[in-house]
Amino acid sequence: MKFLGLSKKDTTFLLIVITLTLLTPIILQPFPENSTLAQFNAGYPDLMQRFAIFGIFAIGFNILFGLTGYLSFGHAAFLGVGSYSVVWMYKLLGFNVLPGLLLAIVVSALFALFIGFISLRRSGIYFSILTLAFAQMSYNLAYSVLTPLTNGETGLQVYGNDPQVLMGENAPDSPHFFGLVMNESARLDLGGWQFTFNNGYYFTAIIAIIVFYVSLRIFRSPFGLMLRAIKTNQTRLNYTGLNSRPYTLAAFVISGMYAGLAGGLMAAMDPLAGAERMQWTASGEVVLMVILGGAGTLMGPILGAGFIKYFENIFSKINDQVLQGWFGFLPDGIENFLIGVSHFFVGKSWHLTLGLLFMLVVIFLPGGLVEGGQRIAKALRKKRSGDDDDGTEAQPSAAE
Amino acid sequence: MSKTNITRRGLMRAGAATGAGLALPTIFTSGATAFTNEPTGDTVTFGFNVPQTGPYAEEGLDELRAQELAVEHINGMGDGGMLNTFSSKVLDGTGILGKKADFVTGDTQTKSDAARASARSMIEKDGVVMINGGSSSGVAVAVQGLCQEAGIIFMAGLTHSNDTTGKDRKANGFRHFFNAYQSGAALAPVLKNAYGTDRRAYHLTADYTWGWTQQESIQSATEALGWETVNNVLTPVGAGDFSSYITPVLNSGADVLILNHYGGDMVNSLTQAVQFGLRDAQANGKNFEVIVPLYSELMAAGAGDNIRGVYGSMNWNWQLPDEGTQAFVRSFGEKYGFPPSGSAHTCYVQTLLYADAVTRAGSFNPCAVAEALEDFEFDGMGNGPTLYRGADHQCFKDVLVMKGSDNPTTEYDTLEIVEQTPVEQVMYEPNHPMFGGDEASLGECNDGA
Repeated sequence: MKFLGLSKKDTTFLLIVITLTLLTPIILQPFPENSTLAQFNAGYPDLMQRFAIFGIFAIGFNILFGLTGYLSFGHAAFLGVGSYSVVWMYKLLGFNVLPGLLLAIVVSALFALFIGFISLRRSGIYFSILTLAFAQMSYNLAYSVLTPLTNGETGLQVYGNDPQVLMGENAPDSPHFFGLVMNESARLDLGGWQFTFNNGYYFTAIIAIIVFYVSLRIFRSPFGLMLRAIKTNQTRLNYTGLNSRPYTLAAFVISGMYAGLAGGLMAAMDPLAGAERMQWTASGEVVLMVILGGAGTLMGPILGAGFIKYFENIFSKINDQVLQGWFGFLPDGIENFLIGVSHFFVGKSWHLTLGLLFMLVVIFLPGGLVEGGQRIAKALRKKRSGDDDDGTEAQPSAAE
Repeated sequence: MSKTNITRRGLMRAGAATGAGLALPTIFTSGATAFTNEPTGDTVTFGFNVPQTGPYAEEGLDELRAQELAVEHINGMGDGGMLNTFSSKVLDGTGILGKKADFVTGDTQTKSDAARASARSMIEKDGVVMINGGSSSGVAVAVQGLCQEAGIIFMAGLTHSNDTTGKDRKANGFRHFFNAYQSGAALAPVLKNAYGTDRRAYHLTADYTWGWTQQESIQSATEALGWETVNNVLTPVGAGDFSSYITPVLNSGADVLILNHYGGDMVNSLTQAVQFGLRDAQANGKNFEVIVPLYSELMAAGAGDNIRGVYGSMNWNWQLPDEGTQAFVRSFGEKYGFPPSGSAHTCYVQTLLYADAVTRAGSFNPCAVAEALEDFEFDGMGNGPTLYRGADHQCFKDVLVMKGSDNPTTEYDTLEIVEQTPVEQVMYEPNHPMFGGDEASLGECNDGA
């Protein structure tokens, strides 16, 4: 079956992604509400929205980093610009997210064009440092210089006395898409399980699927091939008489638009834009996501984004009291020992666990989580068909 | 190589699928609860959202200790602490309305975004009815807005900016801690006695909301005394090195340096000011003085000997002699082995006040709780008679003027109480221009129904 100009393999791949995305509220809720393992459930709206939004952010970043090899350390700047655009549209027009999201994409594209035009004159580490400098500059401007525009450290919020000229009489007073209110959910209780189907999540998820499709098309297009050529050997490409800069600039602007869209969606889910969204740690986070999942692969960035957000939100909430609940049945000595050890890996120390896992992945699975998946799949296939390997697996695999 | 095959039929099919996807969540009806997270079991859950990493982690962890203690006291464990001295007696150690109090914790990282993410997960996943804690005004304002939208109560922790109950006040948010205006009003008379009415002040101000409102408040309070403001220099937050900001101070014609800094910034700027010899210097024929308008125990410990003789203000201090303070310090000390900080105190009191208000209202409905808290007068919580004003949800109580102790005996009494400024002196109108003027409004109470 061919679908929207994709090959058969890609169509299957896209359909799998769509199914997984739409079923996320069920997949992420594997444990019944009252069990002790409910702590690990992640199927609540805020986190699911974050998975989708950071998935978009990472997919966009991967178009630049995964395809051209240019490592930008300043992508958080576009995230912040997108958020501010959306909140300003709330303040001026009303709570419909559409004008804000469109503005977020346009503004971040212009911003990316400006930063990219200057930064792409250099490559390698110099490019990274230039983008980092721009992002840090934007952060400081937002934090304390352009405060009338950004409201500084407190973050930009909507106030009751804002104009909101397009706001109708009965329009919802929180972000909505033509009446579809983002923070409304439907709950489904099935036995001990509780599933939350949130409007905001489905809105971001559908956008995520669309932009995933766009990135799939870019990966498979001649343009994508050209970007890959830049990553492989830019000098050689230049010697053939091709000017590579328009291509890198286009990739930079596209990934900036993705980041702006992600930032805009963050504000669409939660109507606040803070300056720390632009800090260098946020730029670093997306780099981690892409590397952890597998740079240059289609699915990797999404996996990486989900992995990091899961740790940030689930592991950081396991405190000593929760640990006592788990180990309470053990004798006192062992209980205290286990709590003492676990204490260093959960709660406020979740960074440590993430750091260790990141190291393990980078050392043993240089291709990221996707490589891990491929190895498992390969091992399984080998088992099934004996040692009858036809050799196709040994070739450097395509972009998945 | 690639070709887009968008047919009319394909497009319609995709459109229909998208529509079905969009409609899917609305098929199920949402649960029929009366308000957000109505507790139905035999427990009720609080969310303690404090900074556990980042610059204010120490204070956040101290808040967490106090909150845990408050939950114990509500559930009838331990010695009951301030429940024994609290003027309202409806809490009897059997939980709240027959339900056992439970809590979840989260890390704000002192970032508005992270704080809101953590608060949202508490509301959506853990079903909390109230969020308490925090150690920064930016975070408090952000989380307060979130709780208003979600329809639960926010009991602010350490937040000193005028905006929290000023232009950013919300119907679902309550603040027990004092604010920058009250610091200025309490400090002014003491400064007048100590340093006279003819002074020239130089401000170094942390460049964010809290810094600005504090600088504005102190400037107006000192100018009312007859002081002159020479200059106000904004410094980046977390600068680390303030030498380039301090060097010009001595030759500026000023004779008082006011440090509108908090946490590590204040420790660094004060230490450097002392190292540069400001405190031994003479200017305009007077001794050069340094003032730190907002003090905390942890800052005092960090600055060491440099704070000797430096004036500042506090919401509460463990050295107060009243019964409530003593009861709290005793039970906190027995559990953890050292006296509680001011931020611990405010979070402990806020948790008890919330539990008390629920019991008096007879319901966890945020609007009923808010009504019970509004214009509530109480005593025995360490600050003397206190009013929770209904017009802006700010507590009014005595403010402490502190001074760096000249002869500290332990590491916990580096500050001494100079004066307990009576509440009348720090009162202001709800529509005071520094608090958003006439435009500021609480809005409607939201119970999420």
